[in-house]
Amino acid sequence: MSTLLFGAHGLDGGVLLSLFLHFGMLSLLAIGGAITTAPDMQRYVVGEHGWLSDAQFTTSVAIAQAAPGPNVLFVAVVGWNIAGLAGVAATLAGSLLPSATLAMAASRFGDVRRKSRGMRAFTNGMAPLTLGLLLATGWILTEPVRNSPGAMLLVPFTVVMLVKTRISPIWLVAVGAVVGAFGLTG
Amino acid sequence: MPEAGELQRPRGALDIARVFNRMALQGFGGVLAVAQRELVERERWMTPAQFLELLSIGQILPGPNIVNMALIIGNRFCGWRGAAAALAGMLCLPLLIVLLLAVLYRETMSQPMVAGALRGMGAVAAGLVIGTALKLVGSLRHSPLGRPAAASVALLTLLAIGVWRWPMVVVVLGLGGASVAFAWWRLGK
Repeated sequence: MSTLLFGAHGLDGGVLLSLFLHFGMLSLLAIGGAITTAPDMQRYVVGEHGWLSDAQFTTSVAIAQAAPGPNVLFVAVVGWNIAGLAGVAATLAGSLLPSATLAMAASRFGDVRRKSRGMRAFTNGMAPLTLGLLLATGWILTEPVRNSPGAMLLVPFTVVMLVKTRISPIWLVAVGAVVGAFGLTG
Repeated sequence: MPEAGELQRPRGALDIARVFNRMALQGFGGVLAVAQRELVERERWMTPAQFLELLSIGQILPGPNIVNMALIIGNRFCGWRGAAAALAGMLCLPLLIVLLLAVLYRETMSQPMVAGALRGMGAVAAGLVIGTALKLVGSLRHSPLGRPAAASVALLTLLAIGVWRWPMVVVVLGLGGASVAFAWWRLGK
């Protein structure tokens, strides 16, 4: 029960603080939304610290995609896997507080002058980065299943379905679940 | 679609929480698609143009677009209480659901069918993100950076983050800074 609530690293203050600070930094760098920070989160919690495995990380993202609500909640699953409920608090607060503070400040302190040269330089300059970040994220998420032809076929299938049809993502996730359950992604 | 004169207002912070909660619970694979339907068509709190404006601002700001939008909308109608209500409404129940699913997975993951299903879902999740990326390619066709520069920045980012695994802060501040500076220069010509 205690590992259920507190995870393997439980109330280790060092781990929790590190998570909070790193995710907090990423919150301010998340120009394409929270998912674009996933590669760095994976680099940090899996590669650098070994708090999670590749598979656990991708699974966290998959669970959040399958569930209703904002996809940023994948950080909550990551946090829970590392340190239970305390981990959730660390990763969620880290991921949301900095960007939320900025959003509130922007909302209160006047209109964002989107047509100014500076703003347009920012949005146009960052747009190709967002594209690269998203592609990198997609690539990173395939790490646990690159050895499986079945799973690697699901990727272009999903891309085509998403781009060419109006099928809701949840149905594609369901297809993935069924294909996987039948052992085709081993 | 409401015109500017026909707009409604939320009755208070609780109303905001209720609407954002309902929105989030319908948002499988992301909330944005549902957001317009709920806020513009159903509640009539804003016009489609206003919604798009808010979306653009949400995208400029770092962090999850829908979270930024929720905060701004909540704040506009009911100050910080409205912002808090929008955030809580959108996150509380989904957070509970997601954690319950995580627990469920933890308890069943030793079963091959469950483990397999999550592998499949992971592959689909990767595909969804890549698909989202490809949808953006069109908008870069007319980038003030020019197609070669835009493509180079995108490719370099993909390599730096996805293959060489550089820290994101280096890439966003370094390559991003350079790209923005270049865009600034190109926009002044």
